Parts: sequence; C-alpha cells; structure tokens
Amino acid sequence: MSEVLHRDEARERAPRSGLHRIRLVRPRVWAWAVAVVLLLAFPFYLDRFWLEAGLFAMAAAIGAIGINLLTGATGQLSMGHAFFLAVGAYGYCVLAADGGDGLTGLGLPTWLAAVLAVLVAGLAGGLFSPISGRLSGAYLGIATLALVFIGQHIMFNAHDLTGGANGRDVPPLSLFGLTFDDREIDVAAVPFGSAEKLWYAGLVLLAACALFARGVLRGRPGRAMNAIRDHRIAAGVLGVPVARHRAAVFVLSSMYAGLAGVLLALVFQRTVPDYFGITLSLDYLAMIVIGGLGSVSGAVAGAAFVSLLPQVLTRYSDTLPLVSAPGTDGIAPGEAARYLYGAAVVLVVLFLPGGLTGAVVRRRARTRSARTHPGEER
Amino acid sequence: MSTFAEILLNGLSLGSVYALIALGFVVIFRATEVVNFAHASLLLAGGYITAVLHDDIGFWPALVAGIAGAALVGAAVEFVVIRRYRGSDHSVLAIVTIGVDILLTTELTRRIGTDVLTLGDPWGDAVVSVGPISLAQTRIAAFVTAALLITAFLLVFRYTSWGVAMRAAAESAETAALMGVRLGRVSLGAWAVAGGLAAVAALFLTVFPTPGLERATSLAALKAFPAAILGGLDSTTGALVGGLLVGVTESLATGYQSDLTFLGRGLGDLAPYLVMVAVLLIRPAGLFGTKELARV
Repeated sequence: MSEVLHRDEARERAPRSGLHRIRLVRPRVWAWAVAVVLLLAFPFYLDRFWLEAGLFAMAAAIGAIGINLLTGATGQLSMGHAFFLAVGAYGYCVLAADGGDGLTGLGLPTWLAAVLAVLVAGLAGGLFSPISGRLSGAYLGIATLALVFIGQHIMFNAHDLTGGANGRDVPPLSLFGLTFDDREIDVAAVPFGSAEKLWYAGLVLLAACALFARGVLRGRPGRAMNAIRDHRIAAGVLGVPVARHRAAVFVLSSMYAGLAGVLLALVFQRTVPDYFGITLSLDYLAMIVIGGLGSVSGAVAGAAFVSLLPQVLTRYSDTLPLVSAPGTDGIAPGEAARYLYGAAVVLVVLFLPGGLTGAVVRRRARTRSARTHPGEER
Repeated sequence: MSTFAEILLNGLSLGSVYALIALGFVVIFRATEVVNFAHASLLLAGGYITAVLHDDIGFWPALVAGIAGAALVGAAVEFVVIRRYRGSDHSVLAIVTIGVDILLTTELTRRIGTDVLTLGDPWGDAVVSVGPISLAQTRIAAFVTAALLITAFLLVFRYTSWGVAMRAAAESAETAALMGVRLGRVSLGAWAVAGGLAAVAALFLTVFPTPGLERATSLAALKAFPAAILGGLDSTTGALVGGLLVGVTESLATGYQSDLTFLGRGLGDLAPYLVMVAVLLIRPAGLFGTKELARV
C-alpha cells in the first residue's frame, strides 16, 4: 500500500521538479546580486573597524586562493607563504617609496611598484623552483619552512631595505589621479578615507584573482594539476610535465601571495617583520583546509572565517562568555580565535572532508537528487 | 684552536639534542606515515610540565612527570585525532597535525606568557675545564643523555618484539597486520615514545646557556625538522646525522658570527635551514632517505 502511495507521490511531484529547477537557478543569481550590492554599499554604512577587517579578509582571500592552487589543487604543501607575502609588501615599499625616511626607495609610480612587487614575488618563487619542482608533500612543506626563516633574517638585517625590526611606512597607492590615502573625499555625504577607497580596489582585485584562478582550475592546467595531486606517475605517463607544472604553480601561488602582501601593506600603512612569521603561514593553511581544498570559493570562505573571527571576537569580547578583553587575565580574543580555528582544522578534516564549501556542494547535490528521484531517497 | 674545539663540542651536544627530537619525528613517520607538525608543541608540553612541577616535587620527579606527560599528550593526539581519520591520504593527516599544533601551541604559549621558566636542573651554569677547553656541564649532560637514549632506542628498535613490530608495520602495514601485529598499539607507542624523547630534548634546549623555557623554545624545536628532512624522513640514521650536522653548523655560525657580520646577526638560527636547502638541492630525498621507487 505504501509502495503505491510512494509512486503516486512521485508522479505528482515529477512535473513540479522541473519548475523547482528553474527556481533553483534564480535564487543563486539573486544571492549573487544581493551580495554584490551589499559589498558595494558597505563603505557607506560600516565604520572603519569593519572596513579594515573586511580588507584584511580580502587580502587573505587573495593569498588563500594562491595557496589553494598550490596545496589544494596540486597537492604541494607550502609553509612558506608568509615569505612571499613579505616579498610583496616590502617589495612595494622599496619600489614605491621616495627615500625620504632614509631607507632605500626607488620612487617609482605607485601602481607600477605594485605590479612589479607582484612580479618580484613571482621571481622569488621561481628561484625556489629547483626545489619546488622536485619535492612534494611534507618534504616540500618543511623545505618551504626555510623560506620563512630566511625571510625573517633578511627583514631584521637588511635595514636599508626593510627598516629592521621597526618596519617601514607604506606609501599610499595612487591610480589615475586617485590617491588611496586618508585625505577624505565626500561621496554622497559620506567621508571616504583610505579604508573606504581601498575597499573598492580590494573588491576589484579579489574578483579578478578569483576569476583567473577559476579559469586556471577549470582549464587544461587545472586538470594537469589535479592529475599531479592524485597520481604523479600517471600524470607523467599521460604527458604532463610534472616538475614544470609544480614549479609553475609555485610561481603563480607566490604571485598571489605577493599581491595579498601589497594589499595588506596598503591597509596596514606600515609593514613590520614580526607579522610575517611562521604563524601567518599556518593561518593560510588553516584557511584553505577549513574552506575546502582545491576550490576558489573554499579559499575565500576560509579566508573570511579565519581573518574575521579574531576581529569579531575582539569587538564583542565584553558580551561573549569565556573571552576577555585584550590585556586582562583570561583568554584574549586572538587566542580564542586560534583555539576555534585550530579545532576547526581538525574537525573539518576528520568529519567534513571538502571543508565548508564541500559540505554546501554535497548538500545541494543531495537535495537536487532528492527532488529528481524522490522515491530513491526514502 | 681551542675556541674551534669548544664550538665543535658545543655543536655536537646541541646536535645530539636535535637528533633526539628528529628521532621521534622519524619514528612517528615510519610507524604511521604521518609527518607530525605538532612535534614542537609536544616538546613545549613536556618542558612546561617539568617547569611547573620542579618547585614542588623536585627536579628528577618533575622530569619524569614531564616525560610521562609529553608521552601522554602524544598518545592522546594519536588516539583522539590520528586514529579517527579513515581516509588514505597521509598528507591530509599532516595538515591535521598542523591544526593540533595550533591548538597546543596557543594553549602553552598563553600559559607561559612572557615569562621565562627555569626547569630547576642540578647543573646550573657550572663549567668543566679540560686543558684549554671549557665546556658547560649542561652540554656534557645533554650529549651523554642523548647518546644513551639513542643507543637504547636503537637497541630496542632492533631486538625487542615491539621494535620488530614497528619495523614490520613500517615495511608493509597490511602484511604486518596479517601477521598479528596490532597496528593501533604500534602507532600509539610510536607517538608516546616520540613525546617522551621530545620532553627530554626540551630539558636540554632550555638549560644553560639558554635562559629557560619561553615562547621562542618552540622555534628552537622547529630546527629538528630540517634535521629530519636532510637526513631523510624515513631513516633513523639520517635523523642522527642530520641532527648532528644541524647542531654543528648552527654552533659554527653562531661562534664565528663576528667574522660573518656581512651576513647579518642571528645567522645561527638560519644555518640549519640553509644546510637543508643545500642538501635538498643535491639529494631531494635527503642524505639517507630511500629514493621513492614506484612500479607502474
């Protein structure tokens, strides 16, 4: 009896599932449209704290996309991402500064300096290619650990370039006559400082980086990269030049990191060596694991989670239980955030393979198959 | 000449401590094929337990407690986290250990704060002089202890049934399981042993001439990674040679720092990594690592 009822229900639902599918497409488009409008409108409504937090998240997202191409899609563990971020940040300072503060500065136009800084980061990645092309997995992870320490050494010692332990000021970016500094321009009666202006630059950069990475992942290179990750020897037999691809992805990933470094430097307005330590590299790995290995959206989701979490906890530290304000006894917001995402890394790998976005994709696939084959699901 | 001898001996002593850490790292890798990035935090845990307890119960019991505590933490990581993973991709497990490391290091550095904790060792800053050469007692103790522990470990690894089981599991886990080797116990044991070795190493990384246990101690412990890699991740001999090599280079770079000022200060901390990169350029599998062979 129940069997018959099932079939009847299925027949009733069959024509409706077509309608559902049409509606299914539209919510996604709507969601995107709403997200874009919100992102464009934020500078008019949010205060500087949240805009800067958002900018950190954008910079982190660009870096995370880069490391996800390398670690997620190609299976090459890198713990040296902080080094390339530093190369981008300091490279920009050296190329763009006018040498007024007694440190080396080439005084190039700032937009050119930003582009060149990204290329320098790529070059640094290329110099590492004898190792990045030949090693894989944990070996590469530990080998790239060396980069972080070499970077720290240079940052503390090459005083003329980096300003030593005190770091150096970051000259504001100017593009087409618009300078991204704190001189306020009124846009629709809202004063636009550096955070508001940079917000839009960050959005454009993030969108461009995400689209480019998506293109790489969906095209021939992406397939080659996944093949190398899944079975290196088989990939080689199929004609994928394994070492060259590994080295190339490493270079691309370091350029993404360099761009993230430039953006971070512009937001911070000062670069200090302590920031670019081993912890930063681990944060980026945490981002892509939590968000989902190997996908662009995963990198963005993870970056947002890991970089916004400490900010949220800081802002609401008085109302949250177990978290106390910085400087007092108890767990500081930064530490609380590290507990949370350290645990998130462990839990995601054990129970949610594919990360946050992987879970969303699976859920969507399940509901879709439930709608098209309602009988089988029961 | 006497300075050179002193630097060399200090380097060997430091290297033997690195070898202890690297050995634990290699043992875990051989038994479970997991690259344990949480190793530095195991070391910090052992050191912290010793540092907290030594005032109340005396140094030696505190050291034993530290070793037991670190072994317990290691075993707990294996039991709670590593064992729960059902996939087959071991590089994912390496990332899990990074998560574990974030958790443990955050907790321990929060507890340590900005303090420098002493471990209450009996040697203090006493120095032994033989002719023109003078060495800190702590350095001699470090070398002797490390040598004894490593010898004991290698003997156990070679002759006891536990060692045989572990080597069998490393050779082929499936065959070993069919022969009645209990893989779970083998890997639990490996993590516990690695934790214990790391706790001993923690003691010798924090005694004279270093000020004591502080946040930066985990950075010192990280130098055992290049040691393990340049020796070859799957080789116990490699861990020993790598450890000594790293220790001696670091000691030389620190000792002759004044002649190398053009390379900047703090070169000693960088030396292990430079040696590793140089070795990897020539031998990607490390000095004693087995070159990966695959049948297609």
